[in-house]
Amino acid sequence: MDKKYGVYICKGCGIGDALDIDALCEVPKEEGLPVKVHDCLCGKDGVEFLKQDIANDGINTLVLAACSRRVLYDVFRFDGCIVDRVNLREGVVWSHPRSEFAALTAEEKEDENNFDRVQMMAEDYIKMGMVRVEKIDLPEPYQLESLSKRILVIGGGMAGMSAALDAAKAGYKVTLVEKETALGGHAAAWRRQLPIANPYDNLIDPIVADKIQAVESDANITVNTDTIVARLAGEPGNFTVTFKKPGEKIAFDVPYPLPDEMKVDEKGNDLDAEKLHEAFLKYNEGKEDILQFDPDGEMYGAVVLAAGWQPYQPEGEEFAHLGFGELPDVVTNAQFEEIAQNGKIIRPSDGQEAKSVVFIQSPGQGNDTDFDYCGAVTSLVALKQAKYVREDYPDDGKAFVFYQHMRTPGLQENFYKGLQQDPGIFLTKGEVAKVSKNGGGLIVDADNTLLGEKLQVKADLVVLGTGMVPATKDDPVVNLAYRQGPAFRDNIDLFKGYCDSNFICFPYETQRTGIYAAGAIRRGMTVEESMEDASGAALKAIQCIESVNRGVAVHPRSGDMTFPDFFFQRCTQCKRCTEECPFGALDDDEKGTPKPNPARCRRCGTCMGSCPERIIGFADYNIDSIGSMVKSIGVPSEDDYDEPPLRILGLVCENDALPALDIVALNRMSYSADVRLIPVRCLGSVNVIWIKDALSQGMDGVFLMGCKHGDDYQCHFVKGSEIADIRVKKIGDALTSLALELERVTQFQVAIDEYDKIPQIINQFVEEIEELGPNPFKGF
Amino acid sequence: MTEENVAPASDSILVVGGGISGLTTAIEAAEAGYEVFLVEKNPYLGGRVAQLNQYFPKQCPPTCGLEINFRRIKDNSRLKFFTLAEVENVTGSPGNYDVSVKITPRYVNANCTCCGDCADACQAEIDNEFDFGMQKIKGAYLPFEMAFPSRYVISPQIIGTEDAQRCQEACQYDAVELDMEPKTMNFNVGSIVWATGWQPYDAAKIDNLGFGQHPNIVTNMMMERLAAPNGPTKGKIVRPADGKAPESIAFVQCAGSRDENHLPYCSYICCMASLKQAMYVRERDPDAKIYIFYIDMRAPGQRYEKFYQQAKDDENIFFVKGKVAEVNEDADTKNITVVAENAVTGEKIQQNVEMVVLATGMEPTTATAKLPADLNYTDEGFIINDFENGGMFAAGCANKPADVVSSNQNATGMALKAIQTLVTR
Repeated sequence: MDKKYGVYICKGCGIGDALDIDALCEVPKEEGLPVKVHDCLCGKDGVEFLKQDIANDGINTLVLAACSRRVLYDVFRFDGCIVDRVNLREGVVWSHPRSEFAALTAEEKEDENNFDRVQMMAEDYIKMGMVRVEKIDLPEPYQLESLSKRILVIGGGMAGMSAALDAAKAGYKVTLVEKETALGGHAAAWRRQLPIANPYDNLIDPIVADKIQAVESDANITVNTDTIVARLAGEPGNFTVTFKKPGEKIAFDVPYPLPDEMKVDEKGNDLDAEKLHEAFLKYNEGKEDILQFDPDGEMYGAVVLAAGWQPYQPEGEEFAHLGFGELPDVVTNAQFEEIAQNGKIIRPSDGQEAKSVVFIQSPGQGNDTDFDYCGAVTSLVALKQAKYVREDYPDDGKAFVFYQHMRTPGLQENFYKGLQQDPGIFLTKGEVAKVSKNGGGLIVDADNTLLGEKLQVKADLVVLGTGMVPATKDDPVVNLAYRQGPAFRDNIDLFKGYCDSNFICFPYETQRTGIYAAGAIRRGMTVEESMEDASGAALKAIQCIESVNRGVAVHPRSGDMTFPDFFFQRCTQCKRCTEECPFGALDDDEKGTPKPNPARCRRCGTCMGSCPERIIGFADYNIDSIGSMVKSIGVPSEDDYDEPPLRILGLVCENDALPALDIVALNRMSYSADVRLIPVRCLGSVNVIWIKDALSQGMDGVFLMGCKHGDDYQCHFVKGSEIADIRVKKIGDALTSLALELERVTQFQVAIDEYDKIPQIINQFVEEIEELGPNPFKGF
Repeated sequence: MTEENVAPASDSILVVGGGISGLTTAIEAAEAGYEVFLVEKNPYLGGRVAQLNQYFPKQCPPTCGLEINFRRIKDNSRLKFFTLAEVENVTGSPGNYDVSVKITPRYVNANCTCCGDCADACQAEIDNEFDFGMQKIKGAYLPFEMAFPSRYVISPQIIGTEDAQRCQEACQYDAVELDMEPKTMNFNVGSIVWATGWQPYDAAKIDNLGFGQHPNIVTNMMMERLAAPNGPTKGKIVRPADGKAPESIAFVQCAGSRDENHLPYCSYICCMASLKQAMYVRERDPDAKIYIFYIDMRAPGQRYEKFYQQAKDDENIFFVKGKVAEVNEDADTKNITVVAENAVTGEKIQQNVEMVVLATGMEPTTATAKLPADLNYTDEGFIINDFENGGMFAAGCANKPADVVSSNQNATGMALKAIQTLVTR
């Protein structure tokens, strides 16, 4: 586009009072850019004034020096125009009030050694805005050559069937794959089911048969039983999927990444890209490389992962104190359900009627936690199964439930209350110390119960309330043919194998775009919860497909039309972008050249930050646009003033740190006027070249400010702030070679609500830099 | 009163309630490509979670996710929202509803730059419901600093007073419009999602727990405001009676919940909320002692159990299984003695503490005010979903008590249910 520039400075909200607007106007004038001033740009007059210039003068590239881009977003949106919002209000005037940062008096202005820090700041920000719009372009959406709107649902249990039905009902074609020979999953083998609707007070007959029937009669749904996904390659909107029978070995089985120890030669040196690829192929012998797409594969747009759970299998002596493994009449809840499904409740040991059954919810031994992989659902299942005992033996059946915490949250409490009325059901807190043989039966010893300190119960059968292990604990199930490997990424470490999101607010966000988990694969869930979760996952799958169709990003940069662009001629095949991408969006080829998959990309820019050759960028956000902003910052030296001010660069995360800085301003808190802040998409996108550029042009210090990392990370791009932290720590060598102190570069973690701490964080850093003294490069 | 018709949109969804569930439903549906109208009765979006200090178990600020959601709204032209808006009437059937929405005047128009001059000029102070009355605010106010839309509000309480005039005169941008009238907007939509949320159960109704009688007994929602950096005490957790930082706090679980005289159901969030509050108090004060009186610690699942374990590992957090029977105030110290029976040992416990937090439960807003639409409710006022009929759905805590994660899962799913109504009609 032929850019026609216009710089507009707003005088409203105190900007005109605090700053020398005429002097500010000189900044664009010096660059030969037209500049206009308005009393209130966001008012009706102001907006009309801008529209006139756009219509009459053909201005299409606007620098609006007014307020933060977080506000009045809709007012300053002009179709077909590049707009940069220079944040004079929150970034300069409100956060640097004249009461603390006095303007120069007429007399002081006479002396050329005096300077006005706040005015300097405003001038720099306008320069930065001007150079930014010069360096960026309007984005054009990324369009897939072919797009499939079909949805693949993995898992034919209650969650999977619900997701399939929900997507089909919204008009989408669905393929449902199930590894077993029939649909239904665990629910197909239940005697009764927990309530799924108000009044939640009684067991219901399983609804699974109706679901199966609905799925099978839905014209939009294709069912493939006895089938698993061997490989899922490509990107959302254009996944190529290879199916196979369970147990088969085929060429399109998914390859696994090389273990770290195989990435080096005998001497411990890193293998080069081609050797790595050779080793990778050898390691995955018999399997095609990930970039070899199955010509017979089926196309899908998005995936719902509802592979469900497996009953926990106690190992060896794990629950020996409870008799499990040794006493045949001590069973898990899953085994008990099987017994109950087969008829009246009997003892496995001798087939005798089991009229006294003890249910144990916690393995005890001094701890009050439930069994592993439990949830509210396992408390509810114990209650359900207690009810079976009473159904089979209404006159003399007895069920005892020993729990540490009865977990029937929300309206499920109604079901618990209903059971409390049953004279044959005994519910008590208590720790089961041991289960032992007692003639033909069992005896259960419990401590600290509500019915007495020591309690002995004679039982025919003991049931352990063991957990539901997600299918993804030991098997990726989705089998993504991604260079980073087949599984969801962090789930094993963080969530014990569950495919959960780490975001409270965004339960469907994972590190794999276009694949949405539902049901017990996320956490232990009841049927009701699984069905709800499935609706949500189906919506996310549809939304992903529609977003890809429009060429825009999904959460958290929903609607973003930019995508990373690579200048491959200069790629050195270092593979860093492929390895660091939090979303596994890149697959490198046999030479190590990355293959972008824009529809997998969330547009955080971590690849751009990782690239030592600086060949990755977005239309409106790239190495040059930010680098040029850094370079446009004035760095006064002793040639300019006897005591030149420090210059400190702050690269701040636009998701959390930047809003917090706006709140600093709104509360009229202040921080050093010697810092210059540049918002970044995510700290992961920060390329160290910007830091080096800043320091080599004489800036005295650089800080990054972004989200918290660690297990409870708040980074919206999962890994961005953590990766930036590693890069910043590694920058030491470069600093040493410049003979600069390591302390000149640092990273701060802040949460969005820590605005009260930010001024102090910044000021303290400035003080530390002051103590180090000015950058020796200043003035060169 | 003026009336305005929004152009009929056969492919559109109305979402009622701009809390976390309503936001989620609205944004997720809009990003799937549908036209969405979101109406919220408060002057800001965010609902209950905007009042929270942190979410469990990550101990992260709700404004973090809200900010992303607000940006998603800003970037999506398919979603239009209206604050100070309440549904007055709904007629029609699935696929075709006529809805009238009353918009109460904000008395501040789109010219507002959020400069704050009106608040500076206003002398009158009003009770701040956002902080449960724990501090006064000016009659012209920004609901909270991250409020979206970021625009001031003039309280109807000062309309007609000199203060209102002062606000108008102080505004340099003609943003104060004192003659703004209520208006009614009419929407034609295909489906409606009710995300009308919850309210804290009125703790004063629980006679034996002393709320409203003893100042150092607060509710869990008040505790969130006390702990929040934008709260009445700027994040200092202090006793209402004397502003002293409490060195011992008792949490009374099931204050109203699981109680036939109050809320017969479990409110889902209170156990985790108390653990969260115990943890942040402990993080700030290494000497503080915490006593949690509970029936069951409902911390189910891997993540919550792990968090509960962290609390148990803290030697200054004491868990007592027992329901609190009474509370007594020491007239001199204003300390509270909590009386409970240990359900396991049977021993009577008297624990003297400096502050008490009642883990009050949630009731649906529809418990006290039914909606002007053909909906079915549980005895307690939750909206019952009728998926067979479709058309109207309840999401989040309008449907049942839930935490934020579950509410958002539910709300995402309800976006699809609403879309299905549009597609199949």
